[in-house]
Amino acid sequence: MERPARAPIAHALVIGAGIAGMQAALDIANSGYPVTLVEKLPSIGGRMAQLSETFPTLDCAQCILTPRTVEVGRHPNIHLITYAEVEDIQGEPGHFRARIRRRAAGVRWDICTGCGACIEKCPTRVPSDFDMGLGRRKAIYTLSPQAVPNKPVIDKEHCRYFTQGKCRACEKVCPTGAIAYDQEDELLEIEAGAIILATGYELYDVTRLGEYGAGQVPDVISGLAFERLLSASGPTAGKIRRPSDGREPKEVVFVQCAGSRDPEKAMPYCSTICCMYTAKHAMLYRHRVPDGQAYVFYIDIRTAGRRYEEFLQRAVEEDRVLYLRGKVSRIFRDGEKVVVWGADTLSGQQVEIAADMVVLATAIVPRPETRRLAEMLGIEVDAHGFLREANPNLAPVSTCRPGVFVAGTAVGPRDIPETVAQASAAAAKVLSLFARWQLEPEVVYAGQS
Amino acid sequence: MRYFYFPGCTLETKAVGFNRSAKEAAGALGVELVTLPEWNCCGATFPLSTDNVLDLAGPARNLVSTAEAGGDTLAVACATCFNVLRRTNHFLRKHPDTLEKLNAFLERPQPYAGQVEVRHLLDIFVHDVGLEAIRRRAVPGLGGLRVAAYYGCMLLRPADEIALDDPERPGIMDELLAALGAEVVDYPHRGECCGAYLTVKSPEASMPMSYRILSAAGRAGAQVLATACPLCQFNLDWLQARLRQQYASYQPLPVMYFTQLMGLAFGLDPAGYGFEQHYVDPRPALAQAGVLGGIRSP
Amino acid sequence: MRVTISVEQVRSEWVRRIEEVSGQDVMACYHCGKCSAGCPAAEAMDLLPNQIIRLVQLGQVERALESQTIWYCAACQTCYARCPKGVDLPRLMEALRELAMQKRGDHLEIARLDVQALAEFPQQAFIAGFRKYTT
Repeated sequence: MERPARAPIAHALVIGAGIAGMQAALDIANSGYPVTLVEKLPSIGGRMAQLSETFPTLDCAQCILTPRTVEVGRHPNIHLITYAEVEDIQGEPGHFRARIRRRAAGVRWDICTGCGACIEKCPTRVPSDFDMGLGRRKAIYTLSPQAVPNKPVIDKEHCRYFTQGKCRACEKVCPTGAIAYDQEDELLEIEAGAIILATGYELYDVTRLGEYGAGQVPDVISGLAFERLLSASGPTAGKIRRPSDGREPKEVVFVQCAGSRDPEKAMPYCSTICCMYTAKHAMLYRHRVPDGQAYVFYIDIRTAGRRYEEFLQRAVEEDRVLYLRGKVSRIFRDGEKVVVWGADTLSGQQVEIAADMVVLATAIVPRPETRRLAEMLGIEVDAHGFLREANPNLAPVSTCRPGVFVAGTAVGPRDIPETVAQASAAAAKVLSLFARWQLEPEVVYAGQS
Repeated sequence: MRYFYFPGCTLETKAVGFNRSAKEAAGALGVELVTLPEWNCCGATFPLSTDNVLDLAGPARNLVSTAEAGGDTLAVACATCFNVLRRTNHFLRKHPDTLEKLNAFLERPQPYAGQVEVRHLLDIFVHDVGLEAIRRRAVPGLGGLRVAAYYGCMLLRPADEIALDDPERPGIMDELLAALGAEVVDYPHRGECCGAYLTVKSPEASMPMSYRILSAAGRAGAQVLATACPLCQFNLDWLQARLRQQYASYQPLPVMYFTQLMGLAFGLDPAGYGFEQHYVDPRPALAQAGVLGGIRSP
Repeated sequence: MRVTISVEQVRSEWVRRIEEVSGQDVMACYHCGKCSAGCPAAEAMDLLPNQIIRLVQLGQVERALESQTIWYCAACQTCYARCPKGVDLPRLMEALRELAMQKRGDHLEIARLDVQALAEFPQQAFIAGFRKYTT
């Protein structure tokens, strides 16, 4: 191994600013080391920012998340780059060089004050990805009122100025002149000694579930979409309204394992969190709609975490959620109702429910960017595209490449407590490298820990 | 375009209307269907036990005959025959030892090697002739007749063997009907079983199955149900007298073959299409939509 | 009544033959119930499709053979099309029918069919019916 000209760099690069990336970045930054935290979306917080409450405590997700996002946004040791992607990584542990493309937001964030006047005046409304298509946002937007950074970006595919050369309302109304239509992408070169991948997950595409309506029945939605309905800052301000006609559903069916545990047609693995979040959804629905009835179709119930089983029993005993053991075979629309064909194997009956709305607990799948980053770094992914740990039992946050660590749902389905624990574990691995480098600067890398 | 054609027993007897309309509709599109010489019964159901090699001999013989006659494709109108022949072909291609046994048993000059493709008329019309050509030929067309397409099981499953369409969201027959000028009506049970041979054992078993399909299509506004299988056509048609007795609000719905509708759309003479044999006469609904007039010579 | 489950039952020759004739590993089924949920003919059945395969898993083949269910299966393939484990239940039903007929004779007595009523049926109905219900 060639001796490098300089000492290894005790600077961490964390890719992904969901709860995993944020936790890892804070642990490293609080230890006195610099961190570059890169996030693809305009603001940080990841999936947790989309949640209404978390299980098993039913804590308000925003309430426990925003102290973290604010801390990340303000931390002197964290260089936060949002609306950006890592395009290339070269080098070796101790001396990685990353090229990061920060997309042109069309807004000068250095002079923007986050007043929101541009968002208010923008005439264009488009479906919001953050709201899982259930709500709308403007062409100039932030993801949420509590976004960190609370600075907007312009969606050039829908903005009237960029598509038709018209409007420019945001520019007219901005008090500091921060709108900059001609802003260009910015390329940054970052040097880092260690990398943590925390790029999170997506959901299995509902349109691939043909027997469940394939995305054609508007009142059949995914679990994350239901979270947005539950959320006080969501498209319905926390009121449960069904997408087709805005009416409050009185009978809601929750379908577990939609695309999970299905080696033949979809994903073979269990997505881990659906039993718990479905119980949460059913309970919260019952709290919001006291005369509503919730049904859950399940194959098995997996409540392996601390106080998870007790949580689920509350749903069954206190909130009278009816659990039916049987996988749903078919969902279709019949007039105003959504008909669900399932089974109750415990009583040996084929059952039919004419529901007002159906929520599918769809499988957790990795993002395509995760695979791309893995290839760039020369680390392995499994058959589905999840990052592969060095050893699933004994080295769950290390990879086959020294200096590169992983955390969170980019490695596989897991809940928030596990994700946070792994993020701190990955940070600890990085910190141990940095500490060793301080003690023995001539050692290039510490090797596999 | 010229294809060897497998009519199957029922199309030569009880369902001659299907046979005749299929050949004429094809002819109007420039497709010549040449009945396979020495064809034999396909067996009406694909043998599902792995040790039942003899029941594969019947359908396999048709595949061999096609190859011997110099054909690389066997066109089929009846969905059940299509299913049996296609699944047989697929099985023999995947199990060379069974193929060898059958070849030895059939004792034909050339052993069959899986080289024939079994295709349904829907596939040939939509993909070989094309929707544009069908649209152009559809004069006088179906004039907005509201048709519900019924696929049944045999056209769709198992999807990896049959590979005609998406079993959960089929559309090939809907596309054809739309090209003929029909207003295609969507309803939820398009690929669900009508009862098939259960009716032989017990019509009561098939009744709820057929009822679901017919009532959903009716409620969706269909004037006619289109099908591609004589057994489906029979179940859905013949059972309606009993359905009317069992279900107070049941409204009759005529059940036709998609090729009969093609013939009508092309302005062909429907004299030999067998409308008189239907239990629920389609002619009033057709006349009401203005489809029975406009006959011109083929 | 407490039903005995024993190794003789679970590893019986009947189970082995059923697996051989159907070409299926009955243990692949994890009883999600999707087959039963979507079976269009289940209304006429006494046991649900997933209960039939459960009986075979338990080695209680006799109970499966005595059910009405196996005779009301229309081989429509809906269960197989949706099974997350790829269990070919139609093949299993066929194997059970064959075994039942081997033990007890034909399910359909052709001589006792109502000829007049049946004169209207298309022949493919008979051919399929005889194939499924007689040896």
